[in-house]
Amino acid sequence: MPMNLFKLLIWSCLTLLVTGAHAGPKIERWQTSSGARVLFVENHALPILDVQIDFAAGAVNEPTGKSGVAGLTRGLLDLGVPGMDETQIASRLADLGARLSGGVETDRASVALRTLSMPDKRAPALDLLRAILGAPRFPQGAFDREKARTVAALKESLTRPDTIASKAFWEAIYPAHPYGRQASPESVAALERADVVAFHAANYTAQRASVVIVGDLTRAQAETVAEDLTGELPAGTPVADIVAAALPAGGEQRIPHPAAQAHLVMGLPALRRGDADFFPLLVGNYTLGGGGFVSRLMKEVRDKRGLAYSVSSYFLPLAYVGPFQIGMQTKKAQANDALKLTREVLSVFLEQGPSDAELLAAKQNLIGSFPLRLDSNRKIVDNVALIGFYKLPLDYLDNYQANIEKVTVADIKTAFARHVRPENLVTVVVAGE
Amino acid sequence: MPMRYMRLIPLFFAAFAPNVWPADTHERQLANGLRVIVKEDRRAPTAVHMVWYRVGSMDETNGTTGVAHLLEHMMFKGTPDVGAGEFSRRVAAAGGRDNAFTSRDYTAYFQQVPKQQLPEMMRLEADRMRHLTLDVKEYAQEIKVVMEERRLRTDDQPQALLFEQLGAVAFQSHPYRVPIIGWMNDLENMTVDDARAWYERWYTPNNAYVVVVGDVDHRQVFQLAEQYYGTLPTHALPVRKPQEEPAQRGIRRVTVQAPADLPVLIMAYKVPVIRDVEHDSDPYALTMLAAVLAGHDAARFTRHLVRQQLLAVDAEASYDSTSRGPGLFYLHGSPSDGRTRAELETGLRAEIADVQQKGIADDELARAKTQVVAGQIYKLDSMFAQAMEIGQLESVGISHAQNRRIIEKLQAVSAEQVQAVARKYFRDEQLTVAELDPQALPKTPRPATALRH
Repeated sequence: MPMNLFKLLIWSCLTLLVTGAHAGPKIERWQTSSGARVLFVENHALPILDVQIDFAAGAVNEPTGKSGVAGLTRGLLDLGVPGMDETQIASRLADLGARLSGGVETDRASVALRTLSMPDKRAPALDLLRAILGAPRFPQGAFDREKARTVAALKESLTRPDTIASKAFWEAIYPAHPYGRQASPESVAALERADVVAFHAANYTAQRASVVIVGDLTRAQAETVAEDLTGELPAGTPVADIVAAALPAGGEQRIPHPAAQAHLVMGLPALRRGDADFFPLLVGNYTLGGGGFVSRLMKEVRDKRGLAYSVSSYFLPLAYVGPFQIGMQTKKAQANDALKLTREVLSVFLEQGPSDAELLAAKQNLIGSFPLRLDSNRKIVDNVALIGFYKLPLDYLDNYQANIEKVTVADIKTAFARHVRPENLVTVVVAGE
Repeated sequence: MPMRYMRLIPLFFAAFAPNVWPADTHERQLANGLRVIVKEDRRAPTAVHMVWYRVGSMDETNGTTGVAHLLEHMMFKGTPDVGAGEFSRRVAAAGGRDNAFTSRDYTAYFQQVPKQQLPEMMRLEADRMRHLTLDVKEYAQEIKVVMEERRLRTDDQPQALLFEQLGAVAFQSHPYRVPIIGWMNDLENMTVDDARAWYERWYTPNNAYVVVVGDVDHRQVFQLAEQYYGTLPTHALPVRKPQEEPAQRGIRRVTVQAPADLPVLIMAYKVPVIRDVEHDSDPYALTMLAAVLAGHDAARFTRHLVRQQLLAVDAEASYDSTSRGPGLFYLHGSPSDGRTRAELETGLRAEIADVQQKGIADDELARAKTQVVAGQIYKLDSMFAQAMEIGQLESVGISHAQNRRIIEKLQAVSAEQVQAVARKYFRDEQLTVAELDPQALPKTPRPATALRH
């Protein structure tokens, strides 16, 4: 039965009303005696416990000349603690059915434990996590080996057109900011074990820690867990002031490569985590290139012309102003056409913003899909960890749908005009020669 | 109308985690042959809806490789009632996310939605199950998109090229020799009629099954399925030829040269997969062997090859015990700086020889079994993962209800059985070795830091 657009809109609006607003999970907050911030979501539906600790120990916190030390430090945390070597640690985790994950991003380093919540599984897993956080030994042998593996992986990744494009893009949009410093085979090869020890001592501290606990524990149990986990961390010092990134001069950089496809990246530093313009930019970008199959970039570049398999735009909000970025890949010979088209789509969008119908569609999806953002413990951990690490309001998720609903076309145009200035746009094209 | 109702009270879960067991699944077959499988998971007000077709790249023939995946793309290009691009637009307006995937064995479509949107998803999927337009103009754009996808995911990815070549050499007769995305020349010569023939042959309710996991009542889901899918006409399916791979009679080697820095070595041994859940035993032992070799950071490959001998930067083992076609057991890795692919091959062979000669320790096996059970419990945190598990088992002809038996069989594997399969299958006449020989990028002057304005 065909449904015309008008009927569809009415039907969808009604559906939205019926759906109503969803509150986020109930988040409890406190601080440990060592000064670490804790967020807790109690959930007994499954016998699973997730604990994630985020430290302000990301790439941005690396001392000048030590690019790569954040990743190496995180990688070595679980390769030796007092009384246990790397094999014993990994064997113990495997015996318990526990899983340790995490890694390093621009602003933070994460250590995440997923364990079964039965006391005989959970207690030894948490004991191990405490040692990994507070007393890593950084054995010289493991350091030498992991350094060599990191160099090998970096060398390989720098043969890939997507990595080359991404590295050049970040260097170009952050010419005088820590965000622009990228680990290289040379910078990692120059690191010493003492660099890792110093980086750990300075950054893996209680004051820089945000602890998230989600799952099958009571509040009282969670308090004990948080105290135990952070008890051995030094108090440390707060993060030294890092200035916000300045805007680069716009321009275009071309890097030759033998790949069949050109990789195009275009963007600039645009958005700080917690910025009041977050919601207008999120809603606006849905129409531009964030909305998957229904975005303007996808329609123009992929659906109408078959120029690319994937094309998208996104804002990555970071502590010291993260990038707005458009990315796509296309057959080498089409690179210039695709670039021209992308610029046109962006330029029209900056000038006019979304249409009323597009704004409605964006809101329908972003508001309607809210329950999907929180329908597993894993997703709750991810969301609550962002709130904890970036000190977002505790009711961030509760107000998420209302904040999207409020956005107008004028808000979007104003916010884009403030954050995406064409004169500062940097373009990198790899393999488009 | 047949209806099966399955109640699972798996003892292994009871023993390991007394307060958890997998929820019941409910299954019904409609008169037109479509099967509907529902698993209720009430933790959040969402649902995942999947439609699986028992057709994948292994059902293709020469000259039209890639047509299964191309058709998957065309399924988003409209019916008389739902125009091109409208499918995704409606899913998005419903607050949903949708996509699809094609494998060698199946083609599947899914939407994750707020639970009240499930009827609309069923209406949309039922519509495109039988009423796809396959417009020639839409086709002309989409085939270009698929060629871009091939460039992105295969032609410019040295490791993907390596796997493609490995498949083409390990299998000579069986259609697993062909890449899912298809050979580029076949894509260049594909027509919309090829897509239409494929659709008309395979997209019919008796070749499909629906999987729903989420905050739903199974009775309501069955009613909705009857309403939307129940009216679709059906037709007989073509006979599928077995195309069995003839016995391999000696080692095969292939080398791929591509722009890269890190060499890669893959050793692929022909092994069996599960055909009869009750009576088979070797696939379970092979699964445990893969876990003992490379299931975690303390497993043999990482412990010996990466950490003790510094021979490899990575060393992995992988084996999938369920597939419609023949199985391969992969050993793969990259040598450390200054070590060669040949040395890594010797190291991997030594690990296999060690299992063949000395067997494995009881605690290694116990650890591997713990991983299996923990993995099943963690899977309960994801509706999508639960739906995938059901769909994948069904795609190879195993009832999802037998998952419980599979896990019990894995728990029952002995150390002697693991040693026995290592001896039985890891022989050179069953082996294909593929090597990535990295080629340096042409030296180009690094562009000046200043940008062109």
